[in-house]
Amino acid sequence: MLLKKLTEAISVSSQETEVRDIIKEELADDVDQITTDALGNLIAYQPGDESKPTLMLAAHMDEIGLMITDITSDGLLSFKPIGSIDKRMLVSKKVVVGEDKVTGVIGAKAIHLQKPQERKKVLDYKKLYIDIGAKNKKQAKKAVNIGDMVGFTTQYQQLGDNTAKAKAVDDRVGCATLIQILKNNYDFPLYGVFTVQEEVGARGATAVSYDINPDLSLVLEGTTASDVPDSEEQSYSTTLGQGPALTMRDGAMIANKDLVQQIIEIADREEISYQFRKSTRAGTDGGTIHLTKEGIPTATISVPSRYIHSPASLINLNDFQNTIKLVDQFCQELATGGLSSCKIMM
Amino acid sequence: MNDNVEILKQLSETNGVSGHEKNITTQVEDILKEYTDEIKYDNLGNLIACKKGSEQDGPKVMFAAHMDEIGLMISDIEDEGFLRFTSVGGVDQRTLVGQEVTVLGQEELQGIIGAKPPHVQSANERRKAYKMDDMYIDLGLEAEEVKEKVRIGDVVTVKREFEELKNNRVTGKALDDRAGILVMLTALQELKNIDHKADLYTVATVQEEVGVRGATTSTYGIVPDIGIAIDVCHGTMPGVSSEDAAELGGGSAIGFGPHVHPKMFSKLKDIAEKNEIKYQVEPSHTPRGTDAFAIQVTRAGIPTALISIPLRYMHTSVETISMKDIKRSGKLLARFIRELNDEFVEGLQCF
Repeated sequence: MLLKKLTEAISVSSQETEVRDIIKEELADDVDQITTDALGNLIAYQPGDESKPTLMLAAHMDEIGLMITDITSDGLLSFKPIGSIDKRMLVSKKVVVGEDKVTGVIGAKAIHLQKPQERKKVLDYKKLYIDIGAKNKKQAKKAVNIGDMVGFTTQYQQLGDNTAKAKAVDDRVGCATLIQILKNNYDFPLYGVFTVQEEVGARGATAVSYDINPDLSLVLEGTTASDVPDSEEQSYSTTLGQGPALTMRDGAMIANKDLVQQIIEIADREEISYQFRKSTRAGTDGGTIHLTKEGIPTATISVPSRYIHSPASLINLNDFQNTIKLVDQFCQELATGGLSSCKIMM
Repeated sequence: MNDNVEILKQLSETNGVSGHEKNITTQVEDILKEYTDEIKYDNLGNLIACKKGSEQDGPKVMFAAHMDEIGLMISDIEDEGFLRFTSVGGVDQRTLVGQEVTVLGQEELQGIIGAKPPHVQSANERRKAYKMDDMYIDLGLEAEEVKEKVRIGDVVTVKREFEELKNNRVTGKALDDRAGILVMLTALQELKNIDHKADLYTVATVQEEVGVRGATTSTYGIVPDIGIAIDVCHGTMPGVSSEDAAELGGGSAIGFGPHVHPKMFSKLKDIAEKNEIKYQVEPSHTPRGTDAFAIQVTRAGIPTALISIPLRYMHTSVETISMKDIKRSGKLLARFIRELNDEFVEGLQCF
């Protein structure tokens, strides 16, 4: 299963090889041209009627994780975060280190040995270590290197009829959506780009959109859902099961209004449920794509996900399917000329 | 994985929260029955497996390792299907957020522990550790289904696969005290074809984590001449000095303190030295913390000892130990049983 394969692969920002290889293999028979660029972005191109707008669909391959920054004399590994992580979530987790996927655990001083005051404090990176079982620095160095990336090992699992648990759904749901779309044929120039380094500042997207300079771009993402206790409804941002989320504005981009309007009209017509992302914080690859060269009309469509940027997230599988459906309808519309770039350019 | 590592993996991954030890009991019985002559249970659910000695009316020795583990218990079910919970035993609430868990409802259900999302927390809240009151379990199911399958009082464990690390070390949940169960098994394996006078009662106790309750009743029932608790002790790591902890891979930790009979301590140390079994001394200024606490004051008093396996990250889901220490402890205990005679037992009453 594609989503299982993609989410169980480990590709912390700047080390995207595992996911890139899966995607390359997955698309080998379906796409005319697959290339990579200097940063490691994977670019799939499906040519089509050049009188129609060139569309760039973008999904990022990378995920948040940790990086080994030191090895102690006890053979324990110090680390720092790659991307935005709630450090309170790290303790008592299993991880794998480096390309060889050396198993390690993030432990904590036993509760028995903590003073009551200590128990209330957040454990900072300086007090957290990865233990791979090495008894000293020499032994640890044989297995891992400073600079190795660290990922979580959560397995994909379906819970109930419609919910799936997985790590890195941000943004493997976007990758899975894009793969599905690239397997269809639309008669317009379509670039499917799988970007690198989104989690450390949308760096891959910056370079790739300059290179492609499309007429239009859609960013396919996984986004925060907080339809959970102790969160007021207005803070949910998105809700699981209510369909793909459309962004009007986030911390890095005000989406192109006409483009969003076109998507809404398509969704209404095709009776695909959708919702608006209510949070105005955070950003996606759209933040740099829409500012490329003289500017590119860009919108973001996301699959809502609870517990994003944590070792285990939940998504609603109907939301995922509806996202594919919505992007597919959008592409069909573009292919049949129902959606012109001038209409969208304001 | 060698056979005993495989067995420890099964033990670690099986659920057995204090007071709910049924699943783990089945596992332990399966493991011990091959090496013992008789298995029985007492009213609390302690599993008592006896290996008879060669001498009629020989000394009775009890090994006790607890098979229960810390965990969580459902305390409330919200309208939307989210589950609130409390702890069973000493749980560090900071280790819970983001964990995958197994809820033992009408069927086993998988879920995730969530908390108030970071983006709706104030800057001040984000600086504080998560509290259990702010957490919930999300099963990803419709509320109706949750209410059908889960009841208040159902227990929960963190879901964690046991793994081998470098250097013969292993990690998993509930190694406190499934490692102790494996020590008992190792001792029985060592004793398989060896003549010994004493009757050996290997007891997998229940409810240790909520106040050494299983050891209280099982010791009363067995009336051993000697009781040896087998448990885990803290392992050294940054922030935990050797004053409070023993070294992983540094050998079997022989306990010393109010809970240990001084002659038992000396005897175990002598045997370790004589047989070149690597050991370390684990002093404790309090008798508390293990089954030895209850065993010692059963009936008119029982000469007691404590053997511990050094363990890092106690009461988290990534407890880490060295298999070498388990093997050494099993061997040490087997040698003790082999050598034990009436004279030594009688001497324990003489101060």
